[in-house]
Amino acid sequence: MSSLKKSSLIERLDALYEYDREPVTEDKLHGWSTFIAMFSSEHIAGTEFVLGTLLVLHGVTAFDVFAGLAVGNMLAVLSWALMCAPVAVRERLTVYWQIRKIAGPYLTILYSGLFALILCLLAGAMVNVSTTAVSLTMDISSPNFIAGDTVPSIAWITIAIGVGTVVAVLAVLGFERLAHFAKVAAPWMPLVFLAAAVSSLPSLGITGMSNFWQIANEKIWTGVAREGQMQYSFWHCVGLAWLCNIAQHMGMGDVTIFRYAKKWQMGFCSAFGMFLGHYMAWICSGILCAAFIHAQTAAGDANPNPTPGNIAMLGAGYAGIVCVVLAGWTTANPTLYRAGLAFQVATPNWPRWAVTMIAGAVMIITACIPAVLHYLDRIVAYYGLFFMPLGAFIFIDFWLFPKLGLVRNYAERKGLMMSWPAAIGWFGSFGICFVLYAKDQYEAWAWVNDKLPAFLAHYKADLFSQVLPAWIIAVTLYTLCSVIQQKKSPLITEKEN
Amino acid sequence: MTAPLKKALKIVSFTGLVLSVVPAFLVFGGIITKQLYLEIMFLGMVLWFSTAIFWIKKDHLDL
Repeated sequence: MSSLKKSSLIERLDALYEYDREPVTEDKLHGWSTFIAMFSSEHIAGTEFVLGTLLVLHGVTAFDVFAGLAVGNMLAVLSWALMCAPVAVRERLTVYWQIRKIAGPYLTILYSGLFALILCLLAGAMVNVSTTAVSLTMDISSPNFIAGDTVPSIAWITIAIGVGTVVAVLAVLGFERLAHFAKVAAPWMPLVFLAAAVSSLPSLGITGMSNFWQIANEKIWTGVAREGQMQYSFWHCVGLAWLCNIAQHMGMGDVTIFRYAKKWQMGFCSAFGMFLGHYMAWICSGILCAAFIHAQTAAGDANPNPTPGNIAMLGAGYAGIVCVVLAGWTTANPTLYRAGLAFQVATPNWPRWAVTMIAGAVMIITACIPAVLHYLDRIVAYYGLFFMPLGAFIFIDFWLFPKLGLVRNYAERKGLMMSWPAAIGWFGSFGICFVLYAKDQYEAWAWVNDKLPAFLAHYKADLFSQVLPAWIIAVTLYTLCSVIQQKKSPLITEKEN
Repeated sequence: MTAPLKKALKIVSFTGLVLSVVPAFLVFGGIITKQLYLEIMFLGMVLWFSTAIFWIKKDHLDL
């Protein structure tokens, strides 16, 4: 009975993705402009208003932001162009099918389910962002987490429910039309970020390029973290920029997009998303955050609350408010749509609208937790580190396995339900990186230092500096275990028979 | 949609984009007030969205 259930779950999941089981054909390939437009629009989200602000609150310097984000975004672009896109254009399959081939159906189901949960969380963060703007127009204060507001007011929750319900209903009713509207909003939104920041510079005393750098270091990126915030540095900026989309590039999530690319070089189109959304927009929202804090402090507010709504209103008025609502809304919708799609697998015979509305309920609950925005950078880092290993396996399976004489797509060819090397590589990599981080961050994990060799006990890891260690640990574990697995149980091909 | 109409819509759309960014630099240069800038930004937004929706094509990737 149980095995019947499991196989029907796998069948349902496969059926859901059945339409893209075959590689994309030549006639469906797209050129540069498609990918430039797609990346430019997808990476200007409501959360850019949050992440740029967080860097200011975490006390980075102007050099950290300008140079660190440049390096981090460059690494992200190179990861897309040199790791993700080349595999995508050779295989032309979605990430779902690529994981299915190397990790087996069980791990693929787990990946899909957990991915759906994190998508709900991210969609919730985006609804939270939109709600800060809508509530401002109704003169309702957004929760100030730093000042101790761990739960929003009833009025704010009501608005969040309203915004979340609209997002969920639209995700059910008209995803395609909404995707079109998001595309229309895309060229306008980065201009609002830029305009809002430029127009706020005089309020900080910046009158030209001559005093920009000096005042930027004195009033915007001061190098001193605000009370209750961890101190960030150059490497945090590098790590955050590189990590925040790692599930898409090193984690190979975007092979699903680049399977439509005519050439692997189109991976460089990601630069438009990164340098507009995660460079220019983060810098602009940092300027807006500083301008808001400066204005509020001058007005006698001891605890300024630089929410996306507040800073956008200051910088661009009602156009800024519309920008925040749209930036949150247009990205929350496809995110929720994809989450609903993944959840649908586990809910046989449930109508699509019901599944999406349940995902919407999770999203709304998340939107009402102020801590989610406060720790968004950490959440994004955890999310990246957790989902990245499976993409690393796709990369290694494609490039390294043939050179080592190992069989590619072993799980699929052997008919395995689960690849144990993939399971060990996935959870081993995340587990080791988490413990190395947690031992110095959480009291409950401090005992680990006593058990570790001295060099590891002295290693002070931060989530943002774990990209390379996580990738190396993942591929090493996966490759070593695959060598053992394939040696113990070699694949016998028809030819050999 | 006829070609001249599409061209006219595009002109209005791009005017909206220009109005959404140029005034910020005028505020920075001290040429216009912040209040005027905010009003022009709003106008730019209305011009962009009311016209661009008609000529920007939909995507055709089945993601």
